[in-house]
Amino acid sequence: MATTQLETNTKIHPYKMLLWVGFGSIVMMFAGLTSAYIVKKSQANWLEFDLPNLFWFSTLVILVSSFTIQMAVKKAKAGEMAQYRGFLSVTAILGLTFIILQIRGFQALELNNVALTGARSNSAGSFLLVIAGLHLLHLVGGVIAIAVISLKALAAKSSTNQVLSVELAASYWHFVDILWIYLFVFLNWVG
Amino acid sequence: MSHEAALHNHEGHGHDDHGHHEHHDTFLTKYVFSQDHKMIAKQFLITGMVWAVLGGLMSVLFRLQLGYPDASFPWLESILGKWAKGGQITPEAYYALVTTHGTVLVFFVLTAGLSGTFANFLIPLQIGARDMASPFLNMLSYWFFFIASIVMLSSLFVETGPFSGGWTAYPPLSALHDASPGSKTGMDLWIIAMALFVVSSLLGGLNYITTILNMRTKGMSMTRLPLSIWALFFTAVLGVLSFPVLLSGLILLIFDRNFGTSFYLSDIYVNGVGALSNEGGSAILFQHLFWFLGHPEVYIILLPAMGMVSEIMSVNSRKPIFGYMAMLGSLFAIAILAFLVWAHHMFVTGLNPLLGSVFVLLTLLIAVPSAIKVFNWLTTLWRGNIRFTPAMLFAIGFVSLFISGGLTGIWLGNAALDIYLHDSYFVVAHFHIVMGVASMFGMFAGVYHWFPKMYGRYLNNSLGYIHFWITMAGAYLIFWPMHYQGLAGMPRRYFDFSIWESFKQFAELNRFISTVAMIVFATQILFLINFFYSIFKGRKVTVLNPWESNTLEWTTPINPGHGNWPGEIPEVHRWPYDYGKDGHEFIPQTTPVGEDESGTH
Ligand code: HEM
Ligand SMILES: [Cu+2]
Repeated sequence: MATTQLETNTKIHPYKMLLWVGFGSIVMMFAGLTSAYIVKKSQANWLEFDLPNLFWFSTLVILVSSFTIQMAVKKAKAGEMAQYRGFLSVTAILGLTFIILQIRGFQALELNNVALTGARSNSAGSFLLVIAGLHLLHLVGGVIAIAVISLKALAAKSSTNQVLSVELAASYWHFVDILWIYLFVFLNWVG
Repeated sequence: MSHEAALHNHEGHGHDDHGHHEHHDTFLTKYVFSQDHKMIAKQFLITGMVWAVLGGLMSVLFRLQLGYPDASFPWLESILGKWAKGGQITPEAYYALVTTHGTVLVFFVLTAGLSGTFANFLIPLQIGARDMASPFLNMLSYWFFFIASIVMLSSLFVETGPFSGGWTAYPPLSALHDASPGSKTGMDLWIIAMALFVVSSLLGGLNYITTILNMRTKGMSMTRLPLSIWALFFTAVLGVLSFPVLLSGLILLIFDRNFGTSFYLSDIYVNGVGALSNEGGSAILFQHLFWFLGHPEVYIILLPAMGMVSEIMSVNSRKPIFGYMAMLGSLFAIAILAFLVWAHHMFVTGLNPLLGSVFVLLTLLIAVPSAIKVFNWLTTLWRGNIRFTPAMLFAIGFVSLFISGGLTGIWLGNAALDIYLHDSYFVVAHFHIVMGVASMFGMFAGVYHWFPKMYGRYLNNSLGYIHFWITMAGAYLIFWPMHYQGLAGMPRRYFDFSIWESFKQFAELNRFISTVAMIVFATQILFLINFFYSIFKGRKVTVLNPWESNTLEWTTPINPGHGNWPGEIPEVHRWPYDYGKDGHEFIPQTTPVGEDESGTH
């Protein structure tokens, strides 16, 4: 990390600050979508439906994965390579599980006659697809980042060079987790 | 010296090593995939200039139609082919030209070309940093812009033509393939280009914010930053918070276009297609999402110009900027208000009148910080020892235009007036003066002022003066009459006014406006010649600080390498506006505070 040597005037690493400012951006994107959802819901022609239970399971999975990635950070700092690799892999697997559960959730809705796209669709379902789908894309990005870090961890002898990367990945992962909790609450009760 | 190793291991051992370091740069890494913020700035500038020429040329073409609606120009057909059958631009081509002109000028020239150039160039140099927080993301930011440009450009060449529904891309024209020829492939390419553009400006904005907050040199507290940096900071904040909302709107649009959803489309009847199968969509929803970006966007365009104008005015008045904290406060107020006024573009959409009056109030509030800024610029000039460089002239021209255009904003901000004036030439006059030309002037001021730092050579002054005076006069001659046309009810976005009895009175005026527009466009070619000639053949800069300015960029070598300062980054001891203080002509930020000096900032 060449830039770690750049002069900064705060204690925060520039990459971490970049990431945090980026969170602001992503929040605005979903704020835009959920506001549009509220506006749309208040107009005629809105289909009411319940979220399939699958989304409860995916919520549980993503919550657990936040815990495992935090453990990975802890182990990376302590230099315990084997456990560090282990927690990283578990997080990646939980991430993949989340992806599958979400897609299953969309399919369950379609089976329940809630069309998400196409001529029969109502924007209530389409909004769910777009909002949850975009969230899913952000999570896919996180899984890819963790996969890359895991590969490097397999090759590396020590974790000292990886603390920054895994910390960044963990912050992002927690962010995507919290974002989903917000969306889940929103889609279930607020919206 | 750990920090020196950061960007360049070879630099920092004195200037002599410089040549040694250049050996490692290939043409590709130095000019193409450069991670040096100064080179990226130049890439943004040149790409922006290419777009300015193309966008300007489009306006010449559609002004030709408005000025000479009955004439036929056979040469047009030989350039444009079927878009100008029989030597006259077709209505479809006219709309495509207006749409592309708007999109390109707003986003590609005055956002990427302006912020991209000057945020990249000035931020590290003026805050005392070797480069951006992430030079790599910064490079990506340019390349996303470049690809967006290619995609937008390619839309000019597809069979059905580029998108033609206006730069605001309202549905249903933007949502329905069958709405118009431009709504087909042209619109697909428009959306892709804009999505790539959003990514580019986000990557840039994240970097600008982080760099300003995190990488200032020793002593450079936030209130010692030049106003140019503050303006670029707020610009980036606006962009990072509003562009994602546009992206959301575009994503919903993509779903309506391609996956049969009903976000914006409802069961409207379309000629040749019949009633749509969509149900319950709301076209107004798009307008909300668009203008939630759209209004901040106009300030994204304006703020960098404001910041550079403040800086250039102070330097060339040889006086401290008047009311630094008030300037900063107004920038902040403008940035906040920018998010709270978007519905003033939607007064005629059937907005709830109560809500409308809230938006009227918030909109008119913008006049307060705007007036403070104008007052401070004028008081900065007041009794200054003014140096009328071309940069200074453009800065003064900016203030003039901002006043003229701001005043008409107050008319439009009143819903009662706007219901009459909306979508008329009055609006066209308003936003071209206050945003289009004013920000262009800010950009010219910046280029004239910082050209010596960019290229180590001077621009030709005489050409600069000619460029300024013709452009200044031309801007008013083109846009001032449009106010009267708008007041007389002449609507914007019409292809031919000669068929309406009520607008026949304007035939001659339209011809006049078109003629001036062509002269002004030709004058810009003079600037281009000056620019490119001077890069290679201009008079060489021989002193470090040609404008006798206080800011840090003038402490770097005449042609700074990657990393900006060969040795340590200088420490800052004061604010950048100590001009004419204690009998000193100017005191650079790097000069320590003297023992008997009067109060310092
Ligand atoms: C006192 C300050 C201002 C007020 C009260 C104001 C108000 C308005 C209003 C109400 C409209 C809508 C007109 C309509 O479509 O019927 C408008 C349009 C516009 N304004 Fe302003 N404005 C102000 C300053 C500015 C500034 C500083 C900029 C840019 C730098 C700007 C850029 C624009 C643009 C681009 C449009 C037209 C967009 C379009 O429909 O294509 N305005 N303004
Ligand atoms: Cu506005």
